[in-house]
Amino acid sequence: MVGLTVLATVLALVPLFLVLSYLLSKGASSVNWNFFTKMPTPVGQPGGGMANAIIGTFELVAVAIVMGVPVGIGAGIYVAENPARWLARAVRFAANIMMGIPSIVIGIFVYAVLVQPAGSFSTLAGAAALAIIMIPLVTRTTEEMILLVPAELREAALALGVPRWRTTLSVVARAAASGIATGIILAIARVAGETAPLLFTAFGNRFWSTALTQPIASLTVQVYTYAISPFADWQRQAWAGALVLTAIVLALEVGVRWITRGSARVAR
Amino acid sequence: MSEKLVARRLNAYFGSNHALHDIDVTISANQVTAIIGPSGCGKSTLVRCFNRMHEVVPGARVEGEVLLDGDDIYGSAIDPVDVRRRIGMVFQRPTPFPTMSVADNVAAGLTLNGVALKRAERNRIVEQSLRQAALWDEVKDRLNRPGISLSGGQQQRLCVARALAVKPEVLLMDEPCSALDPISTARIEELLLELKENYTIVIVTHNMQQAARCSDFTAFMYTGNLIEFGETRQIFTNPARRETEDYITGRFG
Repeated sequence: MVGLTVLATVLALVPLFLVLSYLLSKGASSVNWNFFTKMPTPVGQPGGGMANAIIGTFELVAVAIVMGVPVGIGAGIYVAENPARWLARAVRFAANIMMGIPSIVIGIFVYAVLVQPAGSFSTLAGAAALAIIMIPLVTRTTEEMILLVPAELREAALALGVPRWRTTLSVVARAAASGIATGIILAIARVAGETAPLLFTAFGNRFWSTALTQPIASLTVQVYTYAISPFADWQRQAWAGALVLTAIVLALEVGVRWITRGSARVAR
Repeated sequence: MSEKLVARRLNAYFGSNHALHDIDVTISANQVTAIIGPSGCGKSTLVRCFNRMHEVVPGARVEGEVLLDGDDIYGSAIDPVDVRRRIGMVFQRPTPFPTMSVADNVAAGLTLNGVALKRAERNRIVEQSLRQAALWDEVKDRLNRPGISLSGGQQQRLCVARALAVKPEVLLMDEPCSALDPISTARIEELLLELKENYTIVIVTHNMQQAARCSDFTAFMYTGNLIEFGETRQIFTNPARRETEDYITGRFG
């Protein structure tokens, strides 16, 4: 019996190691200083890098954080502190449903709502799509972390004559803060690797652009574009991009779990 | 002996569950009143009605009056937050705020209420409250360490100091020693004798010996009713009601 479970574990881990080792073998040779600092070269010309895509990913994620995290935390706190209200139950239900929506559908939705009326792809639209993906994740983990704060802590603050709203913000949310931060970082790791919603919203850009109302390159879309291209040099760069992207996501996920090791406050 | 806290026809409900039945009791000023009784008899519910913490539970409600110095704390114009600043509470499990230092914990009742304190004033209040809770000597070198770094007994005295820092008139203690070792329990019991000079104390305890040791008056409760109330000496040596006698002699518990 134990042998079977060990076998199952090994089988589950095999894809992870295969992916990582394949990425390393194919991409490591192309990850160099040029990759991080140079712009894409004209079609067919060798050389160049993905500097604009790397910055683009950072900018998209940063704007998505500004859009999505406050909403997610606010909703999470509301749901956790008012479990009996119908609105709280509706929000929790909606968040669970939203987590199951395919990201490409979210991308098409934002396309219809933000891109078409504006007439152009934009960083804002891309960030909005990522924010929509982030919100239910942050709401869920915030709610779980707030519920983990013992009721006695709330009661101790209330018994001191601290009003309810102040108790929630200054005592409960503060006690849950590191767990909430963990949830946010894990949501960041998730959206940093999204491709499909960005295809319809941020679209991609071969030039250096950080404007909010213009299309912007991103690591994920750039990898996709290069991977399906017929140019060997581009394909090598796609491997490098995939490796860098995986490294970023791994660093976030592993880093967060390592930093919060030993405490019970790690979001699942 | 003046009347500090008077409950009149006090009834408490958890939804449809009638937890307290027509309680009439008078808590005297600057005395220690103990509330004893078997588990589930409503002791904690009663004290939580005294500082309007009962209604914090969803679906819970209170009927009747509780008079603090003659004014009903359940009056329509009264804000429960104000009541809780005049009537403080210490709970069964020590609950220092985990993200705050020892000194910040003590001052929390003031700082979380937006009271602006100069540094010197805050330090003075922190020292005075810690001295009143008999904790100053043990923590005076550790004021900036986290509140949760103290031992269980120290944490509970920290909670007492925190409750005293807002200068309440009444201090409610809901089984404050049940999570503590005997030495810490003894320290807290000594504390009660010192505190009653300046505060009115109500202590819920499932430990009858503690009630007999520390209190001036004792109330015996059973299944949501106040069975008997009187001077501690009389309750424990010559109870008037048979149920009281059965409880204190251990025939049930």
